[in-house]
Amino acid sequence: MENLINIFVKSVFIDNMIFAYFLGMCSYLAVSKTVKTSVGLGIAVIFVLGITVPVDYLLENYILKEGALVWLSPNLADVDLSFLSFIMFIAVIASMVQLVEMIVEKFSPALYSSLGIFLPLIAVNCAILGGSLFMQERQYASIAEATSFGLGSGVGWFLAIVGIAAIREKLRYSNVPAPLKGLGITFIITGLMGIAFMSFMGIKL
Amino acid sequence: MSDREPLFSSKNLKLLKDPLGADNPITVQVLGICSALAVTVKLEPSIVMALSVTIVLAASNVVISLMRHYIPPRIRIIVQLTVIATMVILVDQFLKAYAYDVSKQLSVFVGLIITNCIIMGRLEAFALGNKPWPSFLDGIGNGAGYGIILIIVAFFRELLGSGTIFGFPLFEKIGLYKIGYENNGLMILPPMALITVGIIIWVQRSRNKDLIETH
Repeated sequence: MENLINIFVKSVFIDNMIFAYFLGMCSYLAVSKTVKTSVGLGIAVIFVLGITVPVDYLLENYILKEGALVWLSPNLADVDLSFLSFIMFIAVIASMVQLVEMIVEKFSPALYSSLGIFLPLIAVNCAILGGSLFMQERQYASIAEATSFGLGSGVGWFLAIVGIAAIREKLRYSNVPAPLKGLGITFIITGLMGIAFMSFMGIKL
Repeated sequence: MSDREPLFSSKNLKLLKDPLGADNPITVQVLGICSALAVTVKLEPSIVMALSVTIVLAASNVVISLMRHYIPPRIRIIVQLTVIATMVILVDQFLKAYAYDVSKQLSVFVGLIITNCIIMGRLEAFALGNKPWPSFLDGIGNGAGYGIILIIVAFFRELLGSGTIFGFPLFEKIGLYKIGYENNGLMILPPMALITVGIIIWVQRSRNKDLIETH
């Protein structure tokens, strides 16, 4: 249990998807104009990451990895399907995103129209595929650890987008040079937030 | 197609030219930032990356545009991702065969083209509603617009961060270190990529007032 909390906290703050790895920047920059829409997108990302990482964990450990097919038959011990992992992961992610899109369209048409093109773009949100690839690289010991990592990364992404959205809402009242307004200042603030978050990197729990 | 228009009509040329400046995928449409940050520490991988993205984008734009009447809207994301993934695998194999060193240098990032939002964004916004030829031009144009930003960012990060251009030690040759110049190590870290892009946007928008956002 302690281990799970450790992984969770680590992926929220220290290995933050946006500030430590800069994954999922596109939707982060485009949807962070108001806190409300960014909360919506953030929750969608937590949901998709929380499902795809464990599902991809099962795929990786019971189908793709070298010798993972032994449970089917001992003859398959030296079958290595890991070259398929990229396309399998992206297929899982794409179907999950389609599911989320249908759910949001049904239950919250207002959110659906305000998220616009960026809802399908969650499928190509690097944070989602990045989550699965990090899970593969770090070789978590159990599905619980993988789930904890997936949820943690989602929460970290959620915090980052809600934070920048709050700053941008306040920025509207400040006197930014006109050509820097909007996108330009957001890039620079994200850079500064990134430098701030780099100080978490050395901390070991 | 009863009214055949010339291959390079002014409308089509606009598709090619707009993404280079006023409709740039990175600085105006805000797509494809992740890889722009990841590969721009050095110039050479940035150029290979820009070429690969252009090829994948143009090819998948054409394929999706050809199939646009047959894709059920509900499963379009999966269809698009399959097409993109196929193109990326082709580019990856090509790089491995003809430019092995660069391919090794780029390693993960070639695979990450699959999740580059520019490609998905252009497929959704353009190829699904347009004919193959304009879609092809749109792909080339947007790929080039992406490439320009990548090359500018990589130029400054490599020059100021490592003091080299294409690995050529420029600052050492002109003797800057002897008079006390130090490389700025911060330029190599990811946050500075963001700030460099921010400054490019600043310069671009001071020159083109139409792009300034009003709140």
